Amino acid sequence: MSTPDIQATVDPLDEAALDAAVEQALAEIAKAADLDELKAARTAHTGDRSTLALANRAIGTLPGPDKARAGKLIGPRRGRVNKAVAARQTQLEAERDERVLVEEAVDVTLPAVRTASGARHPIESVQERIADFFVGLGWEIADGPELESEWFNFDALNFGPDHPARQMQDTFYVGGTRTAGGPQDAGAGAASSNLVLRTHTSPVQAHSMLDRGAPLYIACPGKVFRTDALDQTHTPVFHQVEGLAVDKGLTMANLVGTLDAFARAMFGPEARTRLRPSFFPFTEPSAEMDLWFPQKRGGAGWIEWGGCGMVNPNVLRTAGIDPDEYSGFAFGMGIERTLMLRHGIADMHDIVEGDVRFSTQFGTEI
Amino acid sequence: MPRIVKDWLADHVELPAGLTAAQLAEALVKVGLEEEEIHPAAVTGPLVVGRVLELTAEPQKNGKTINWCQVDVGTHNEDGRSVADGGTPRGIVCGAHNFGVGDLVVVSLPGTTLPGGFEIAARKTYGHVSDGMICSPAELGLDGDSGGIIVLPRDMGFAKEDLTPGQDAIALLGLGDEVLEINVTPDRGYAFSYRGVAREYSHSTGAKFTDPGALTGAEPAATPDGFEVLLQDAAPIAGRLGCDRFVTRIVRGIDPTAPSPEWMRRRLENSGMRSISLAVDVTNYVMLDLGQPLHAYDLVQVAAPMVVRRAAAGEQFTTLDDVRRTLDAEDLVITDSPDGAVGSRVLSLAGVMGGASSEISATTTDVLVEAAHFEPTTVARTARRHKLPTEGAKRWERGVDPLLPAVAAQRVVDLLLEYGGGTADPAVSDVGDAAATAPRDSITLPAGEPTRLSGVSYTPEQVRSTLEDVGCEVSVSSERDVPAEAFTVTPPTWRPDLTGPADLVEEVVRIQGYDQIPSVLPKAPGGRGLTTEQRTRRSVARALAETGFVEVLSYPFVGAADYDALGLPDDDPRRTSVRLANPLAEDRPFMRTNLLVTLLETARRNVSRGLSDLAVFEIGLVTRPAPDAPAAPALPGGVRPSDADLDLLAAATPEQPRRVAGVLTGNREAAGWWGKGRVADWADAVAAARLVAERAGVEVTVTADTEHLPWHPGRCAKLEAIDASGRTHLVGHAGELHPKVVEAFGLPARASAFELGLSTLVAVAPGEPVAASPVSAFPAAKEDFAFVVDAGLPASTLREAIVSGGGGLLEDVSLFDIFTGEQVGEGRKSLAYAVRLRAADRTLSADEVRGVREAIVAAAERVGAVLRA
Repeated sequence: MSTPDIQATVDPLDEAALDAAVEQALAEIAKAADLDELKAARTAHTGDRSTLALANRAIGTLPGPDKARAGKLIGPRRGRVNKAVAARQTQLEAERDERVLVEEAVDVTLPAVRTASGARHPIESVQERIADFFVGLGWEIADGPELESEWFNFDALNFGPDHPARQMQDTFYVGGTRTAGGPQDAGAGAASSNLVLRTHTSPVQAHSMLDRGAPLYIACPGKVFRTDALDQTHTPVFHQVEGLAVDKGLTMANLVGTLDAFARAMFGPEARTRLRPSFFPFTEPSAEMDLWFPQKRGGAGWIEWGGCGMVNPNVLRTAGIDPDEYSGFAFGMGIERTLMLRHGIADMHDIVEGDVRFSTQFGTEI
Repeated sequence: MPRIVKDWLADHVELPAGLTAAQLAEALVKVGLEEEEIHPAAVTGPLVVGRVLELTAEPQKNGKTINWCQVDVGTHNEDGRSVADGGTPRGIVCGAHNFGVGDLVVVSLPGTTLPGGFEIAARKTYGHVSDGMICSPAELGLDGDSGGIIVLPRDMGFAKEDLTPGQDAIALLGLGDEVLEINVTPDRGYAFSYRGVAREYSHSTGAKFTDPGALTGAEPAATPDGFEVLLQDAAPIAGRLGCDRFVTRIVRGIDPTAPSPEWMRRRLENSGMRSISLAVDVTNYVMLDLGQPLHAYDLVQVAAPMVVRRAAAGEQFTTLDDVRRTLDAEDLVITDSPDGAVGSRVLSLAGVMGGASSEISATTTDVLVEAAHFEPTTVARTARRHKLPTEGAKRWERGVDPLLPAVAAQRVVDLLLEYGGGTADPAVSDVGDAAATAPRDSITLPAGEPTRLSGVSYTPEQVRSTLEDVGCEVSVSSERDVPAEAFTVTPPTWRPDLTGPADLVEEVVRIQGYDQIPSVLPKAPGGRGLTTEQRTRRSVARALAETGFVEVLSYPFVGAADYDALGLPDDDPRRTSVRLANPLAEDRPFMRTNLLVTLLETARRNVSRGLSDLAVFEIGLVTRPAPDAPAAPALPGGVRPSDADLDLLAAATPEQPRRVAGVLTGNREAAGWWGKGRVADWADAVAAARLVAERAGVEVTVTADTEHLPWHPGRCAKLEAIDASGRTHLVGHAGELHPKVVEAFGLPARASAFELGLSTLVAVAPGEPVAASPVSAFPAAKEDFAFVVDAGLPASTLREAIVSGGGGLLEDVSLFDIFTGEQVGEGRKSLAYAVRLRAADRTLSADEVRGVREAIVAAAERVGAVLRA
């Protein structure tokens, strides 16, 4: 827009000319399509060279009475123009702001994760969840070595050296200490060190009883070993959780109560357990434990979950606890089995192979 | 594990008609005999007896000759009528030739399913429609000569007059029985017999039980002219004689060709045992029935006296399975005395396996029956030593009723006489230790003990009657020092497992029913929560997971080649490993001494599956044995070891510290629409290691380690920490892996890793509550410095100088730029630091800031740094 050619002196008392200038100004302000055009219109109609500014300046040249009259003519008109500029300015700025936001829009469905998130292994998370349950009951969590003396793995638990039960479990025996790749590294066939890879987490119970005595309420989750080849349902390295309570007056009813509460914590409010007579050297009476599993494929039903019983008096005696004063119960179940049941995992390979796609499904909490 | 044939079980306990294997299993599991498997009926459909009426041999082009037979299958003929009633026989093609016209055979008609799911249908073959199949033993899943098809009277001992064409052969051959296999726990040896299972069925259901093992009075006593037997155990194990009773009976003149009766063979085969000969079958039958292992010798081959003794070390013996074995001095053997050399010839490994020389043969007419009682440990060790877990050994090692030998021997004699003819010698030997058959030690059981341990209220009468049902003798205790209500309980001879009150409690509770036990959650005294170590482990694992690491678990088994791949020198202490005596894989017999060796293998597996942008971690134990550690002492159970012995056990158990390790490969930050990704490098590994230490609450110092494989010599950080007493501990290493290691594990270039001692961190952590510093609200002064130093100066050295120069006013220092090039000169680098200064109680003046700045520059100059102009 060109600067209006109203540079000639304007008679500040020419009402019609002033009105014409106002009209023209208002029209151009209204017409301004963006902030640049508005700026040009404002300069043209309110700037120093604008008709109204010049007229205003000319007031000084007028005789006294006319001054006042001209002032009354010009002031309101300049006010109207300024107000129109401000209004239009506000409007155009709002429009511009809105347009900028529209223009800045992005495709929010684009991939946004630059660093992939990690995950816990579910075998570890489920052990923590189990630990939390027992800590909630006021129990403590005990850990122990995975390579154990035969005494802690067997004898302390009432497996005599010739007990058939000692053959029930396929045990990894330790041959000795060798330098891997050294000259004699193959020469360790005999199990002369009296050490084994623990076949259950029960040695932790024996350690705890010896170290701490009664009363004792502990759960022992951990890694155990048996010489099974890896297949869909077996693995030579797996995990167990065992519980042990030794106190005055504990009964099998307390065992059942603990198992029921644990089952509900892991499998929901409908879960419960039942016992079947069985045999373990470290408990007497002993029982196999079945779990009522509401999510069982093909309909709710009983499935084997673990073993349990009242701590054998010989085991208490071995730990220096008087079986006439104290009684205790113990139980154990496989973590892998618990996890497979709870999450519908069909193949053990997925759990043990360390493929990150398996762990990633579970995040950090299960 | 034992298989239970129902009609055999029904000999001893009343079974309801139509009892299924599943119902039987349900009754037995209640008392603790678990179902192992239900073996389905071997054959279903029309398997019938047929009579061969016509047989035409037809030579074929392929050189074979087939027989086109017309077989009468009675009402199973096409027209529903037997040939005798004017019916038409079926035409069947058969390739075997060991039969002829008139023979009675087994025919599977169309619609029959044979073992293995093999379905029979009429089919066209060799120019005929064969309307079924004439069966061989193998096709029916039976043991027997594979030379051809079964001719029932000839091969199976049936009388011709008992067989009719069309008769159901499934029932005849026992092929329709579902058989329950049960799992017997090691304490219940007596359940390895029909006698024991029948008793348990009775306990579960209340059904009437008749004990076939009870002495009948018909068992003859020993006679002076009995076959001479000498028990000469010079080296009992733990003071227990290997053999404490030995009964022999002799039957002479049996027909060596007499077959075992069909019912016996069927029962044996359905129980999982092959039929061999009458004498052998009878001993097996009585063993399965009563639980008493027996042995039959060919009398002619045995020279009196028999001597039961320990073997001489190195003595040789060839067992029935044709294996020549070198005996151990602990093995108990049964010997005889050829040519007057007393005890010179080994006849059998006692309770485990006999030898070929005295075996019952096809010509044996005179049989010597052995019914002995062997000690469990002796037999168990021999069976294990020679890897012979025989049916006999399984029973002996679990304990056999010492009163059975006479009963069992009599049963064998009776059956041999009935089915083999012959006569029983009146001469009987029965030698042994009187203790073998003496009453067992009694147990004092307070009447309230079952209730104390179970939480179920039982009356004394319930306790008493239940124990009597089990076979115990129960009387009210006469001991003065026991509570008024106590029982004296003598367990039955077949229950060596009942040795203490807890065992009797189990009997009461299981027979009354475990389902009566209520559910009562016990109230534990408050615990202390997780230990510091447990909380640290969780905190570290979660921190790593939340910075993008995925937790994995790997097997701890490694081989020398795995350490070679890590590049470990031959004398590296990490090669000193625990070796397993019986590893799963001979090339991985060692327990890992570090986590990376197995974690890198896991990383390799992921990369090979296309997952090359990888960040994995593992927390686990490693085994660090001392090369000269003593063996653990062998201590007995049942008594608390002395503290000194417990210390010896601890000393023999290798150190097993807990570690945390991580491996990074490929991109740490992904490439994407935003631009290029960022490749994981040594710094990511060091950052992760520092994060672990921080989560454990330990301040670590980092220095370069130029020779610690598997890391790159120029890119390996050593992390150390100082404990409360001022001692420095190695915490671990982090950085880029050596290129050769990266190559050996097939990982993307620049793969990085860390491994830290989690146990070390926990041990070093101060464990004290953090003493909080107040937070100053006064303004900070920010000062930048660019120092030029030797290229080899560690940044941490300069940083420490700046920190010391900054003194108490220094709040933060960070390196924001590294620059090398002409401006700084050859072999030099420029490090630029931003330093934030702040006072706790005032705004710093310009003079103070200038003073600190000068102090920092001065401190930096002391480590050779020059402030850039």
